[in-house]
Amino acid sequence: MTAVGETRDVAANKAGTGQVRSKWRTRGLQLFLLVTALVWLTPLIWAFYTSLRPYASTAVEGYVSIGGEYNFDNYLSAWEDGEMWKFFVNTLIITVPAVILTLWLASMAAFALSRFSFRFNLILLMLFTAGNLLPQQVIITPLYRMFLSIPLPDWLAGSGVMFDSAFGIVTIHVAFQMGFCTFVLSNYMKALPPDLNEAAFVDGASVWRQYWSVILPLSRPPLAALATLQFTWIYNDFFWALVLMTTGAKRPITSALQNLSGTFFTDNNLIAAGSLLAAVPTLIVFIILQRQFVAGLTLGSTKG
Amino acid sequence: MSTEVEIATTEEVRRPKARKRFSLLTRRDVGMLVLLLGLPAFIHIVFVWVPAILSVILSFARWDGIGGIETINWIGTQNYVDIATIYPPFWPAVTHNLIWLGVFILIATPFGMFLAVQLDKELKGSRFYQNALYVPVVLSLALVGFIWQLIYAPEQGLINNILGRTDPDNLIDWLGNPSINLWMVLIAASWRHVGYIMILYLAGLKSVDPALKEAAAIDGATSRQTFFHVVFPVLKPINIVILVITIIESLRAFDIVYVINKGRNGLELLSVAVTNNIIGEASRIGFGSALAVVLLVISLGVIIPYLYRTFRAEEKPA
Repeated sequence: MTAVGETRDVAANKAGTGQVRSKWRTRGLQLFLLVTALVWLTPLIWAFYTSLRPYASTAVEGYVSIGGEYNFDNYLSAWEDGEMWKFFVNTLIITVPAVILTLWLASMAAFALSRFSFRFNLILLMLFTAGNLLPQQVIITPLYRMFLSIPLPDWLAGSGVMFDSAFGIVTIHVAFQMGFCTFVLSNYMKALPPDLNEAAFVDGASVWRQYWSVILPLSRPPLAALATLQFTWIYNDFFWALVLMTTGAKRPITSALQNLSGTFFTDNNLIAAGSLLAAVPTLIVFIILQRQFVAGLTLGSTKG
Repeated sequence: MSTEVEIATTEEVRRPKARKRFSLLTRRDVGMLVLLLGLPAFIHIVFVWVPAILSVILSFARWDGIGGIETINWIGTQNYVDIATIYPPFWPAVTHNLIWLGVFILIATPFGMFLAVQLDKELKGSRFYQNALYVPVVLSLALVGFIWQLIYAPEQGLINNILGRTDPDNLIDWLGNPSINLWMVLIAASWRHVGYIMILYLAGLKSVDPALKEAAAIDGATSRQTFFHVVFPVLKPINIVILVITIIESLRAFDIVYVINKGRNGLELLSVAVTNNIIGEASRIGFGSALAVVLLVISLGVIIPYLYRTFRAEEKPA
């Protein structure tokens, strides 16, 4: 913080003529940023405005108009007629286990890869990292067949196979997202002091104890950041559930919107309300967990 | 200078000790380690790399996926020949993916970086501008598709209502007209991408040692010179991450066009072509796999150099 102040002082100490010019430059820049920010907000403001107006109002007044009624009826009908709450439950069933399992498995792998030296250390880390960068469509065709032929007990999946089951969707999320999390966590754990292992060894702590009681608690910051990021990504998934789940009623909200618009959401006012409702959980992340989210995004890029 | 040397030496001292040898471990500990690493690796390899390899193998086959494995008909490279010669969506898809990549690399990504540089100056109101640009990043691309349809819709949309072109004889079908719809979708996709890049780059800029900028300012460098000659080169690792993300995101593009019209009529993409051969049209496992391999080869062209750069430093034992 003080360093930033110093830079400013240096700039301020420059010749007086430059000061006037730079003042105007700053104003111009500020205007440009303001306009850009407003343009960026327009789609969301427009969606919100549309969602507040009953279809009858916009039919009479036109979409770009002021007047008529304003209420939350569209949200109510999206919630009830579209039965959006059901899809939120589906989302919860998939997202929560997927985030927990991803972080748990990734932290185990990262611990083993970063704190011990194996012969295949580097190759495995590269596989994890590369796996996460593949476009999903590269693996979907064989995966679709695999999901159809891997049997599951009835209590785990009503369909009897991985295909069309929440378990299957959780599995592919965990397998796919694990790569990124392992990469990030292993970078973090590598930077923890090596003496930690030594001290634990002297105390006779087992490998599990070192992982669970020493390294994992110290890795709380990246775990919190990754949890926020993974929640958002898995919540936002459209593709896996679209292809690997055929029963529309089982789909999580992001994939279900596709069916809802057209069948239940007949006008733009309803689509606006439904879309914004679906955005609520991620907007909460944006408002409350912004720092964690940004930290998660940048963790992967600061070491490259 | 002195601090740099110090850090280097402590690291050198620490490196050899950082990794334990197995000799220190009991047999139970080794078993535990194998489990800790083996379980995640197994899941990742079985559900990501095995299908990736099967995609390559099956791309040489004709199979409807209904009969057992014995019904697979091996046809050599016929699928690839068919893709290039008689599969109508293929060349449009390649073209559209390239346009997507071009717009992202030449416009959206540089614009996001430019905004990050401006926001890094911490002018009054920076926080607000930053937030406005960053909201779309938490939304799914599917949702971005829905939200922008409210703007592009022919009769109920924002643009046509402002332009007064909502009558059937004069309306502009922004998403239905194949000569313009890709560009409209790219505006919507960039809406999210610019914010994404801005966040990443801003974090990078914050990590630059302010002393570097100060030194450049004292030497009389303008802010533009400082950026291009001092800051940009220092941020090389982040520049590379941003390049990789931009390319991979362009190859992954799927949700937004699928939401709008299932990727037809001007919005064909490679990802959609792959998907249409499993769901949608007929189930053509071999053909879909061959399309996936095209996508795989392009992706590996980016991923392998990136891995090489990222892990090169670690290959050399300390």
